[in-house]
Amino acid sequence: MRAFDYHRPATLKEAASLLRKNENARALSGGQSLIPALKLRLAAPAALVDLGAIEELRGIKLDGAVLTVGAMVRHSEVATSRDVAIGIPALARLAEDIGDRQVRNMGTLGGALANNDPAADYPAAVLGLGATIHTNKRAIAADKFFLGLYETALKRGEIITSVAFPLPKRAAYAKFANPASRFALVGVFVSEGAGSVRVAVTGAAPCVFRAKDMEKKLAANFAPDVLAKVRVPPDGLNSDIHASAEYRAHLITVMAKRAVAAAVAGK
Amino acid sequence: MGITVSMTVNGQAVTAELDPRTLLVQFLREYRQLTGTHVGCDTGQCGACTVHLDGRAVKACNILAVQAQGAQILTIEGVAANSELHPMQAAFRDHHGLQCGFCTPGMVMNALELVRKHPDPSEETIRAGLDGNLCRCTGYHNIVKAVQAGAAAMKR
Ligand SMILES: Cc1cc2nc3c(=O)[nH]c(=O)nc-3n(C[C@H](O)[C@H](O)[C@H](O)COP(=O)(O)OP(=O)(O)OC[C@H]3O[C@@H](n4cnc5c(N)ncnc54)[C@H](O)[C@@H]3O)c2cc1C
Ligand code: FES
Ligand code: FES
Repeated sequence: MRAFDYHRPATLKEAASLLRKNENARALSGGQSLIPALKLRLAAPAALVDLGAIEELRGIKLDGAVLTVGAMVRHSEVATSRDVAIGIPALARLAEDIGDRQVRNMGTLGGALANNDPAADYPAAVLGLGATIHTNKRAIAADKFFLGLYETALKRGEIITSVAFPLPKRAAYAKFANPASRFALVGVFVSEGAGSVRVAVTGAAPCVFRAKDMEKKLAANFAPDVLAKVRVPPDGLNSDIHASAEYRAHLITVMAKRAVAAAVAGK
Repeated sequence: MGITVSMTVNGQAVTAELDPRTLLVQFLREYRQLTGTHVGCDTGQCGACTVHLDGRAVKACNILAVQAQGAQILTIEGVAANSELHPMQAAFRDHHGLQCGFCTPGMVMNALELVRKHPDPSEETIRAGLDGNLCRCTGYHNIVKAVQAGAAAMKR
């Protein structure tokens, strides 16, 4: 690691001002993605602003038709929260299946979204539920948030504060996990909500995306079989030692069908 | 540039002036001489460095010591009462849950949280729960047996 200054502010305001003032400062949440990057010197910020002491970024709230999850809420908290289990059980199950126990005990929702790893799980839920990402500056719709490989709409120094998930009528996530890392080789989140169906795919491409052809079919009939012949073309999908683009394209349909079946069965 | 860090390690209050780059595992092993917490991979993959931070199993190689400011840390050295092995440690010995023993401290620390959440874990629960811990020797079979026996012994 390159040397860095370390700050541990107690308020969001202080954190924002530290990030604004320090040209090359980075926020630190659970550190589960950032610390490995620091070790590899893929990231070498001049300062880290640890969000770990900021109360305002914690907490889960179920309020009418919206589930709000604070940016510093850990994966293990989402997995075991009663409010999440009542509001969006598919989200709890997704969180339960991120990485391993130790990673879930540190990693946070805000960190996972800001990082936007192409194989991360949460981006699929946020896009697949049409959630809204709140920052210290504004509210960003999921459709406008994930821009590309590790790229989001966040401006330099902008801090995610919480995410508001509208409650779906039904939803589910199906992941084909890389057996070593548990990251998604392909993961598909489907939801049926207020008059709309969403299908979000992670792991397959440089960035999470919506499979709109699948959404159209499911809007007419929310059943796994309608997807049997719908295929996302492999052009532009990831191809690596783990899976070819063709295989990932195949997996998208398989995972989407499984997700719809699980949503229909209420599992 | 040093940062003053205070935390409780195995019940003892400790304070140190640290370069913020110091990993929690480095702090425990090199500053506290608690070398029971192992470093297998230094990349967050193997779980050999697992300790409890405020009761949660975490990988100490993937955390900065400064992130543990004010926290309660429990390492493998703090698990046994006096000179008596903890029932989970005893179960690993009795069931041949270790060969070289390198992964064992991390396995035990993870297993302790697992059993707190699932006092009566099935084989499937144990295998899924220990997902973050790698063992190059045992083939896991006896580790699963040890955790099951340890869980039963902890109820007594
Ligand atoms: C062994 C292992 C296995 C894993 N497996 C999976 C998996 O199966 N699925 C999966 O989805 N993920 C997986 N992860 C990643 C894990 O979920 C991370 O915790 C997560 O991606 C990042 O969250 P964090 O809180 O640790 O963020 P950090 O590492 O602290 O930060 C990540 C990035 O986000 C920025 N950031 C953090 N918080 C904020 C904020 N509030 N506002 C703005 N920017 C912010 C930081 O500056 C940094 O650039 C795994 C990680 C490990 C080590
Ligand atoms: S040494 Fe920490 S996970 Fe391997
Ligand atoms: S006993 Fe040797 S690594 Fe597990």
